[in-house]
Amino acid sequence: MNPAPGVYQGAADVIAALMLLLEFGMLRQALVRDQVRLYATQSALISVLAIVIAADRNLPDLYALAALSAALKVFAVPLVLRRLLGPPAVEETRGVAGSYTLSPASAVLASIVLAAFGFFCFGSLGIHSAQAPALALSIAGAMVFVAFVLMIVRRDVASQAIGFFSLENAISLASLVLAAELPLLLETAFLFDLLLAVVVFGMLIRAHHARAESLSTADLTRLRG
Amino acid sequence: MLGIILAILILPLAVAIAAFLAPARVASGITIASGIACFGLVLALIPHATAGAATYRSYLRADALSCVFLLATAFLYVAVAVYAAGYLKGRTDRYARRFYLGFNVFAWAMLAAPLMSSLALLWIAVEVTTVVSALLVAIEDTDGAAEASWKYVLIASAGLGLALLATIFVYYAGAQVLGAHSNLAIQPLISVGSRLPKTPVRLAFLLAVLGYGTKVGLVPVHTWLPDAHSEAPTPVSALLSGALLATSFYAILRFYQVAAATLGSGFPRGTLLVFGIASLLLASLYVFGQRDVKRLLAYSSVEHMGILAIGVSFGAPVALAGVLLHVMAHAAAKGNAFMGAGVFTVKYGTKQMSAMRDGLRLLPWSGPLFLLSIFALSALPPSGIFRSEFEIVAGGLGNGDYAAAAVLVVLVTMAFIGLATSTTKVLLTPAPAERGPAEKIPVEIAAIGTDAVSGVRGNGGGYGSGGAVAMAAPVRASGMLTPGEPSAWMVVPVLAGLTVLVVLGVHPPGELTNLITQAAAQLRGAP
Repeated sequence: MNPAPGVYQGAADVIAALMLLLEFGMLRQALVRDQVRLYATQSALISVLAIVIAADRNLPDLYALAALSAALKVFAVPLVLRRLLGPPAVEETRGVAGSYTLSPASAVLASIVLAAFGFFCFGSLGIHSAQAPALALSIAGAMVFVAFVLMIVRRDVASQAIGFFSLENAISLASLVLAAELPLLLETAFLFDLLLAVVVFGMLIRAHHARAESLSTADLTRLRG
Repeated sequence: MLGIILAILILPLAVAIAAFLAPARVASGITIASGIACFGLVLALIPHATAGAATYRSYLRADALSCVFLLATAFLYVAVAVYAAGYLKGRTDRYARRFYLGFNVFAWAMLAAPLMSSLALLWIAVEVTTVVSALLVAIEDTDGAAEASWKYVLIASAGLGLALLATIFVYYAGAQVLGAHSNLAIQPLISVGSRLPKTPVRLAFLLAVLGYGTKVGLVPVHTWLPDAHSEAPTPVSALLSGALLATSFYAILRFYQVAAATLGSGFPRGTLLVFGIASLLLASLYVFGQRDVKRLLAYSSVEHMGILAIGVSFGAPVALAGVLLHVMAHAAAKGNAFMGAGVFTVKYGTKQMSAMRDGLRLLPWSGPLFLLSIFALSALPPSGIFRSEFEIVAGGLGNGDYAAAAVLVVLVTMAFIGLATSTTKVLLTPAPAERGPAEKIPVEIAAIGTDAVSGVRGNGGGYGSGGAVAMAAPVRASGMLTPGEPSAWMVVPVLAGLTVLVVLGVHPPGELTNLITQAAAQLRGAP
């Protein structure tokens, strides 16, 4: 009989499972504003996991990382995205509400299949140790695939950006599970890099909106071949 | 040596800030000076790097392999900086300042990447190249540029997400042997390679090829590349193709070193062979039927990245030396080809090759130089590309990889035919007006196609008063295209590039040969 998981491992697995559910929620939500809310919650969970690991393994660096991550991903990124979207009533006029290329049901079904594939692929690798709970890592693998589905099935720049940011959350989860002791300097540099990416995504979204008067990508079909 | 490395890391950044604050002419001048200085610094670094790698606090490292890529980037930095002085003539001050800010930061990030001693810092440098170059692609503010930059930033960032995952798996593997506080420094990972757990390293290598391969333009994750290369301002296209793709390939080579030390070379070589053949095959087919000259060259870049991947997959010393020579020769040749194509787009006011005719007569310098550049790019002797591809094929045959070597030769020949057919039509076919008694070509042929003009100059580019094709106005004042070059600044760097290609093909300097030999030895496991 397998021993019961410790506090750290149990917390990591539960948080990872919640993050995956939120990822599916983002895929299902028609309004980008709701996707942003779910993304902020998912990012908050990452910070909570970092705090749990910091306490469990006595890694004070991770407290600082959790604070930085929360400031950026729970507050700054959602704020920027909300400003780009404008007031709630305007969102529907900007070509972003429910901009599916597949029906929501088909998109969720496809992502369940891919998530299962990712989950079992990562699970079969046998990468685990006391510091690396295999279940959380497998869920991170599943999240990577769902994030790609989110980027592919939505036809508006805001949802696609959220897809990318949630992919980054999946990688952060894998990073916390596999590389929690990575020096703070490098972790901070990764976050700074995300900040740069957010700025550039924001600038390009703004430029696209100014040009097309819509956030939809349906008309981005000029370049082919 | 540390002073040289720090100077390379500080100079372009300082110049970027100064260029943003200065008038356009000053920005252009200091960018050229920075390019020349960086090229000189890299040349000064080579003897130190070949005498033994220098590492600073496990964050910076210069060795033979990194110097090969530094040399390619630094050469293009200076060549394209000179070219940009002509290309930007007539642009507003605001556009030029934004351009030079982005251009110098982009060059800085590409010079910084090979100097990073840690896989984590290398990832960060490559990510910086993405965000900066995405903004440079968008700078023209056309519909095409907006579409290309969005596709680029989304696809490349997603790819780099996978590359980050690869980096984390390598950290996990390294931590099992080097301890939890290992900082992903490359050399220690290679040193303990045989003791690293195999599964995470195998997965990391696959993810790295897929992730960084997105930036390299390896099929099937190349889809952003033709769009971004064709819609970016020509100086940026030259840097993207000649330097950025190589810098990203450098990252793959660092993962290759770790994977080969852990798994043996069989798995990484096989993986690269699959991606290389797929890239070469698709690119060789797609060069046929391209109508946009910059898109044609973009597919040629996919082809050459495929050649690099196949060359590494052969694994023989001569093939690896060929790969490293190819990195430098491709930088010069592709930079030349894009710069030449840029002169044509300015002259004709379009990127559509169907609207470009009689190039040899209308561009008395750039026409022949473009033809020679395309021939050099297509590996005709005495080009450096001929020498590098010859070495790669020889390495493959010597290694017993007959089928792959034969496929490489056939596909490269196909690509040559596609490139040569398209470009010779542009250069040698008389314009419609010339078939009659008229001497000159009506300007109207330059507007063939609905997007002929808007595809070259966007409305946000900010020509002072001349509208979309103001650059070409001097040569078409009478309403007809007349022979003449848009700017001497756009000819000189192409001449320099051709000189470099001939030198690389006929007799590379001894120091360079030594550098390449040492770098190839590093890829085979030497420290």
